[in-house]
Amino acid sequence: MQPLLSIQGLTKAFGGLQAIDGVDIDIAKGEIVSIIGPNGAGKTSLFNVTSGIFPPDSGRILLRGEDIAGAPSHIITRLGIARTFQNVKLFPNLTVLENVMVGQHCRTRAGAWDTILNTPRSRRDERRAEEVARDVLSFFGTRLQGYRLDQPASVLSYANRRRLEIARAMATQPEIILLDEPTAGMNPRETLELAELIGRLRTDRGLTVVVIEHEMKVVAAVSDRVVVLDHGIKLIEGDYATVSTDQRVIEAYLGRPADAEQSA
Amino acid sequence: MSALVEPQGRLEASLLTRRPAELVRLGAMTALASGFVLAIGMISSFENRLVIDPLLGLGSLVLSLIPLVAGGIVALPRARPGGSIRPWTVTNLLSSAITGGVGALGPIVIWWLAGRGPGLRQVLVKVSPELADFIALGTGGPLLMAGLFVVLAIIGGAFRGLSERLQRSLLLGAEIVVATSLIELIVRQVADRTGLRVVHNFVFVANSGLRPVGALILLALSVGVSLTLRGRTSGLSRLRAGVGEDAATKRRRLIIVGLLALILLVGFPLLVGTIVNELLANVAIFALMAVGLNIVLGYAGVLNLGSMAFFAVGAYTTAVLTSSNPPGTALGLSWWLSLPIVLALAALVGVLLGVPVIRLRGDYLAIVTLGFSEIFRILVLSDWLRPTFGAAQGIQRIAGIPIGGTVIAGADPRGMFYVTAFFLIISIYASLRLQNSRTGRAWAALREDESTAQSMGINVANAKLLAFVIAGIYAALAGSIFAAKVGTVFPNSFQLIVGIIVVVIVIVGGMGHVPGVLVGTVIMIGVLGGPRQAGILAELGEYKLLIYGVILVYMMLQRPEGLLPSVRIQRELAQDDRSQDAWFDRRGRMVDTEDDGTAGAIPGTEET
Repeated sequence: MQPLLSIQGLTKAFGGLQAIDGVDIDIAKGEIVSIIGPNGAGKTSLFNVTSGIFPPDSGRILLRGEDIAGAPSHIITRLGIARTFQNVKLFPNLTVLENVMVGQHCRTRAGAWDTILNTPRSRRDERRAEEVARDVLSFFGTRLQGYRLDQPASVLSYANRRRLEIARAMATQPEIILLDEPTAGMNPRETLELAELIGRLRTDRGLTVVVIEHEMKVVAAVSDRVVVLDHGIKLIEGDYATVSTDQRVIEAYLGRPADAEQSA
Repeated sequence: MSALVEPQGRLEASLLTRRPAELVRLGAMTALASGFVLAIGMISSFENRLVIDPLLGLGSLVLSLIPLVAGGIVALPRARPGGSIRPWTVTNLLSSAITGGVGALGPIVIWWLAGRGPGLRQVLVKVSPELADFIALGTGGPLLMAGLFVVLAIIGGAFRGLSERLQRSLLLGAEIVVATSLIELIVRQVADRTGLRVVHNFVFVANSGLRPVGALILLALSVGVSLTLRGRTSGLSRLRAGVGEDAATKRRRLIIVGLLALILLVGFPLLVGTIVNELLANVAIFALMAVGLNIVLGYAGVLNLGSMAFFAVGAYTTAVLTSSNPPGTALGLSWWLSLPIVLALAALVGVLLGVPVIRLRGDYLAIVTLGFSEIFRILVLSDWLRPTFGAAQGIQRIAGIPIGGTVIAGADPRGMFYVTAFFLIISIYASLRLQNSRTGRAWAALREDESTAQSMGINVANAKLLAFVIAGIYAALAGSIFAAKVGTVFPNSFQLIVGIIVVVIVIVGGMGHVPGVLVGTVIMIGVLGGPRQAGILAELGEYKLLIYGVILVYMMLQRPEGLLPSVRIQRELAQDDRSQDAWFDRRGRMVDTEDDGTAGAIPGTEET
């Protein structure tokens, strides 16, 4: 079966630093794949290239068999890959609802004329954007409801900002959602709740999820498959049990004993 | 708390509110400021305008504000976190007096330079024997003025000893008195047409300022009203914030406000004469440009200094199409026929200029747009385009705007105002619709974070270009009306400064907020006057640009969100305060931070 997303021979260097060095990953529809690796392994760079923030140096990114490598990020979002950011990037002074409604931009078409003349298309798009936004926010239970909808994103708690970012990504109605360390900075209880949420992204929303995660409990709980990156190279992939006992992975994280070349 | 406060022991014991060196420094600043405004001749030329006839001229008012404010500043120690350590006492006035005394050196030095000092007139024309006489106040020496500086500084210091409530009311009263005095002309014209001239004559001296009696009554009234109303304004501020209102109430309120505005818009020009109507027409034309610029600068956050280029495109296109005697072939189109061509051309120019540069960010884009207006002016001036644009001779005999059987042109400023106001209302409507729409959200998103906006599926370049082009169309419309109003266009009517002043209007009024932009236009163009158009304060004359500059600097420092800010921009500017100093208010007292009240969240995980 053709994979939904197929990354083939991807490379990206920043100056002398080879951030991604020939990575191949296939992701099937409906899968939840975790990407792990030590700091600087190239995980976020992989997301940045996949989502079109930087073009790759070489390699292909096939979405449903179509090469999207190097396309600008707004096109890639429209094609169905949404993402969140490691260092939460919301629109801090827009309200919670507005933040999520921005996500619907690429699924609606009303232009300036429609808006000024208040055409049926403009009204329909506004209605739709708000409906989708409210629906997506309801996914998070009571966390982002009620008076919160009209609060600026900047007053939200850290955990809620992360949730809002996921909501905004969901509002672009993607097929694949890339989550960059969604539990960073959360307390154990919130982390657990988010792990459950990642599962529900697939079961309730039919999304394919790729997640960068440092919290091994979350990785173990959610992933069908784990990909380990180190120094821009794919070290190994497999289920959590296989990966977590692999000698190379342990070395990548902890360093090789009596070998000065690598350190944690 | 004590760890946050600098050791105050030494000051606590001393008589002064600050270290002597600091007092002298503030005094020196007072001296520099007063010396500067005197030396450039601003004070003596403002003096021709009387605020209170015959007691107080505008010049004396501006000059006395300097020691008043300085004396007031030093009357209290610098506010520190934890509140004022030392309350106001009578002895604090000593500090005010010292500052005022040092500040008096300003007028003294200028007096000496103007009277018998080395001939400075080669450089500073205004430093003349007349200026020396002005400073001497008829005594032959500067000592009376110096004494006045000290007294004013002490009065400023004493003012700070009043209760905060009284301070605010008195300030408001003084502001109302000055503002009323300055609109004497408008009041007189309205009074003439409503048969209330008697009332006017009681309060004002015709063609001058308030009578002392009128000023007193006004001050007493406004202070009284403000004192009784204070404390009850919470209802008003709640109304302004729109808290606890459902959509229907909001809508009804909007309709009432709209109707009132419409009545005022139609009625007011009927009550005033040609001069004020001319002013109104100028305000409306600039408002059109400002509302347009607000779209690109306020909504999308793109600093565009090139609105002048579009204004010129609009004016010149209208001129070429409608003039009965242009340098080229006379087309003699009606203004209405030329309008769609003008707007289409403006959009085309916007796309042509915008496409290559719109990907630039922030300041870089601003610099490029700055060039546009100059390019246009130089093109129009060139010999190459002389057959079409007439180079320095410009284009003359531009037809007016035909409506019904009449043609509205510059000679009929009231008609001109109505026409401009008509287009202004349409433009404001369009601008407000755009703000709360898919397009408006895209602009807001890219203003906040361009690359994230793009990651969320917004074609950032297109969105910016759209804002840029729409602002250009607004400016071209303003230019087209301007051409019909003035009847002639010359390259030199289209200076870069006009585009910059429109930016100042938007910033002073309140970026991203249409009512703010309108208030900004009324103040900047109506009261102070445009770059070439006199405002109510015609006396400002050549000092206008200086005053624009002072206002801009003051606003950026003290009120960067503008006079009537939009909620969103206010948030944006307060963001740093919230994250860093959320627990101190402006005067340094601890405040309750707004509780985020997350249901079920563990305490300590919430950021405020």
